[in-house]
Amino acid sequence: MNNKVLNNRAWFFVLPVLLIVLFSALLPLMTVINYSVQDTIGPNAFFWNGAGWFRDVLDPTTPIGANFAGALKRNLVFSAIILVIEVPLGIAISLCMPRKGWKVGPTLVVVALPLLIPYNVVGTIWQVFARNDIGLFGYAINALGIDYNYSLGPTSAWITVIIMDVWHWTSLVVLLCFAGLKAIPDAFYQAARIDGASRWSIFVNIELPKLRRVLVIAILLRFMASFMIYTEPFVLTGGGPGNATTFISIDLVNMALGQLLLGQSAALSLIYELIILAICWIFYTAVTHFEQREWTRE
Amino acid sequence: MPGGRITLDGIGHSYAGPGASEKDYALHPMHHVWEQGVSYALLGPSGCGKTTLLNIISGLVTPSEGRLFFGDRDVTYLPTEKRNIAQVFQFPVIYDTMTVAQNLAFPLKNRGMPADRIKIRVGEVAELLGLTGDLARRARGLTADAKQKISLGRGLVREDVSAVLFDEPLTVIDPGLKWELRSKLRQVHRALDLLMIYVTHDQVEALTFADRVVVMKDGRVLQIGTPVELFERPEHTFVGYFIGSPGMNLLAAEVKGDHARIGGQEIKLAADYASLPSNVPIQIGIRPDHAMLAPDGKGVRVRVERIDDLGRTRLARVTVDGQNLIATVPPDLAVPSGEAGVILDPRRIHVYANDRRVEGAVR
Amino acid sequence: MEDGALGRFVPPSCGRCLGVGAREEGFRLELRLEDVSYQVGEDVHIADASAQLDAGSMNVLLGPTLAGKTTLLRLMAGLDKPTSGRILLDGQDVTGVPVRKRSVAMVYQQFVNYPTLSVYENIASPLRVAGVARDEAERRVQEAARLLGLTPMLRRTPLELSGGQQQRVAIARALVKQADLVLLDEPLANLDYKLREELRAELPRLFSATGSILVYATTEPSEALLLGGRTLTLWEGRISQIGPTADVYRRPVSLAAARVFSDPPLNELSVSKVGTVLHAFDRTMPLPAPLAGLADGTYRVGFRAEDLRIGDAPSDRLIGFAGKVTVTELTGSESFVHIDVGPENWVSVLRGVHDLEPGAPVEVAIDPARIFVFDGTEKLAAGPSLKKAA
Repeated sequence: MNNKVLNNRAWFFVLPVLLIVLFSALLPLMTVINYSVQDTIGPNAFFWNGAGWFRDVLDPTTPIGANFAGALKRNLVFSAIILVIEVPLGIAISLCMPRKGWKVGPTLVVVALPLLIPYNVVGTIWQVFARNDIGLFGYAINALGIDYNYSLGPTSAWITVIIMDVWHWTSLVVLLCFAGLKAIPDAFYQAARIDGASRWSIFVNIELPKLRRVLVIAILLRFMASFMIYTEPFVLTGGGPGNATTFISIDLVNMALGQLLLGQSAALSLIYELIILAICWIFYTAVTHFEQREWTRE
Repeated sequence: MPGGRITLDGIGHSYAGPGASEKDYALHPMHHVWEQGVSYALLGPSGCGKTTLLNIISGLVTPSEGRLFFGDRDVTYLPTEKRNIAQVFQFPVIYDTMTVAQNLAFPLKNRGMPADRIKIRVGEVAELLGLTGDLARRARGLTADAKQKISLGRGLVREDVSAVLFDEPLTVIDPGLKWELRSKLRQVHRALDLLMIYVTHDQVEALTFADRVVVMKDGRVLQIGTPVELFERPEHTFVGYFIGSPGMNLLAAEVKGDHARIGGQEIKLAADYASLPSNVPIQIGIRPDHAMLAPDGKGVRVRVERIDDLGRTRLARVTVDGQNLIATVPPDLAVPSGEAGVILDPRRIHVYANDRRVEGAVR
Repeated sequence: MEDGALGRFVPPSCGRCLGVGAREEGFRLELRLEDVSYQVGEDVHIADASAQLDAGSMNVLLGPTLAGKTTLLRLMAGLDKPTSGRILLDGQDVTGVPVRKRSVAMVYQQFVNYPTLSVYENIASPLRVAGVARDEAERRVQEAARLLGLTPMLRRTPLELSGGQQQRVAIARALVKQADLVLLDEPLANLDYKLREELRAELPRLFSATGSILVYATTEPSEALLLGGRTLTLWEGRISQIGPTADVYRRPVSLAAARVFSDPPLNELSVSKVGTVLHAFDRTMPLPAPLAGLADGTYRVGFRAEDLRIGDAPSDRLIGFAGKVTVTELTGSESFVHIDVGPENWVSVLRGVHDLEPGAPVEVAIDPARIFVFDGTEKLAAGPSLKKAA
């Protein structure tokens, strides 16, 4: 290359960021990797364990492996439910929002409100709200004759965790879709009216196609966050009743901080990380590949 | 009931609501009847009100005054979709999810036309616009040109509309293709006997497309006429300037009887202007096409500033008594520099008092 | 490239852009492109572009959408780096030198201004960056504002102005910068037709005093003719011809150049020459003079709309064809008659008003002295000589 000299100066500016990343991400990660391949027989006495911990975690016949398999299944089911509910609901709400005039501001504030509440506060709110003795929600449901108790019934616990997440995070999908919808020029709606298109037809043929890119982002964000869910169920149920709402992250924390199984939890967290990366990568590649094929179809 | 005329009965629009002052009007109240089978172009600079007028006709804007009729039907307060019109926008509007054929069929399908008739009609329109080879392709991968052709096609596919409206539809089209599409539109217009309304700031598009051109400025219609009328007898100095490229030469002059006087030089006129109003600016107007550069000593004495070679014509930018004038350079004339003459055809000279054309008495 | 060359490189403009504006005596600035190519993946955007642009010259980059006009401008500006080839400014290699180190001003099709700054500050912004003294900046901004008719609106913000005025602000900013290279990318495309006409006449004059190299990209042949100077025709990423604008118009060296530089579109027909006769549209005719020296074979003949005559008395000198009118377009000044001749669609432009009925049969004629003959590789094989045409 004939302009190396000039380009090299750019590195100078990137250096601080690289250093920060090194300290904040790379070093802890190295520690985790280090733990994941060693065993210990006492304070500061480590020895090489190879892939032993990884084998344990991935083998469902070991107690750790069984826990992980169960938690992974719960995580996948949970993320799937969250996407199935939040994405369509988010689109639907964004379609109902006003796009012009004075109502836009207040509506956006109301919609964005749940996003501003810290995770543990959300957990606490629902922990109280859904109690069947003093919580309005729990009490009302029970008053209707439905047996509901999130600290005893696994189904009740799941429903509560899902409602909590939908309540907290659908707004993100709504805001993204709203921005996407705002970007559609008026001419498209006018043309559709003149062409005699129905509301449904406008949605399918104009709005949905124009929302595609935004939806890819929304799905990625929501998948990652829901797959890593920790705080809310931890505050609400602590992973119970039994193991019903023990997601990988809760399992991990129990293992690492509760039982001090450093090697096992290091191996588990690496596997956890790889699963998230892999799923996002597959999803993203599939979408971009699909788009490319469509554009270059000559 | 297809077609029909469009009547603008005192249509006007001010964004300030009723009781608005003169300045608040985007469109001053006007009365016009536009006939079926005729193509109209609304021509004027940005902010002249042409788009407001188009939006009133399409139903996107409800006029603050007056009533709008399609045939005998009062449509002033009808929403767009009930007005039975087609419209083509400035930028391509296509349905990404559909093929080209489905795009063209969409307005027909929505109105419940039988599939076999849709197929025939879509085939015809595609043929006309040169889209036949692309019918099965997905619309979203196409170039802007092709997309705009699809938009045009959707505007033309229905034969039962009251009017087809075009909002600067050739903005994104390359010059070469513009020629093709413009002549196609004209052919379509002849074949379909529809009322077409075409909004543009481009006088060449307006003149070549329309049977009647509506020249607008500051919310008012200055003149409606055939392209030739507007070119040959502009009723207002602005029409003279806006139509033609370059526009009409306008020179401040003293007009007495059948002579005009500019800086001591006398110019012969073809008619007698005995009763011109006094105390208003008087101008004479002549098109560059009718002012011929000549060697010094012939016609009006001028100073040559610059010659522009436009390929098929050459134009001389000259000054006469400090006023700018553009004249045509005849093909065989060796270009004089410095002093030269310009021969003005007296029958082509118009006299304007306070920007309005004055009809002289021909003796 | 060798580091030394870059180390030595000092933007030649830096001294001058702080100066009063007049170029130093005997100074000749030139921009040279040497086999510049630009490729993204498999897509070739610009292929082997070579050109030399002189100081104070107006260079029109003429080509249809997607021909590569904007890409070429970006390469000249240093916004993109060519995949191969060199760009030299005053003999110095500036191929990899980024745009902010070069003295470049650019005006885009979209009106690009700083929305929160006043018109005055917008125009003055390049001078502020260059650290020009306050009263000198004041003088230059006032001068540019005067030339572009912006003096009454210096205190307003760009969004309070009309489109034409906004673009004038962008042009004024390019003007005060007194850059070595001023790149205008279809600057008038978003303006009203009449405004375009006025600004187009002003632009070359405005910049001629600065001695900058001007490059003006456009899709419109008429715009190129009005701007004059030199024209580079661009077609599918290749420069098909460079020369004085009128010469390129009168003697295009390739079919691509002729097509790009014709408005109305170039009329074309295929002919085959066999000995002393010519076959065209299933007809045989004596060989017209321009084809006399050519080898037997098939050729593509092109001629412009103004050279397709209607109603001329048939003569030995002209080649006549029978056609059918499809559409006539009138502007008052000119009439554009679209005619179908065999499988070809031709356009004839006549002065004045000639309203021919669609469907009417019509006799058309071409003067063989005004045709372009293109061979199998679409290169000009025969055509009017420049002297005769001028």
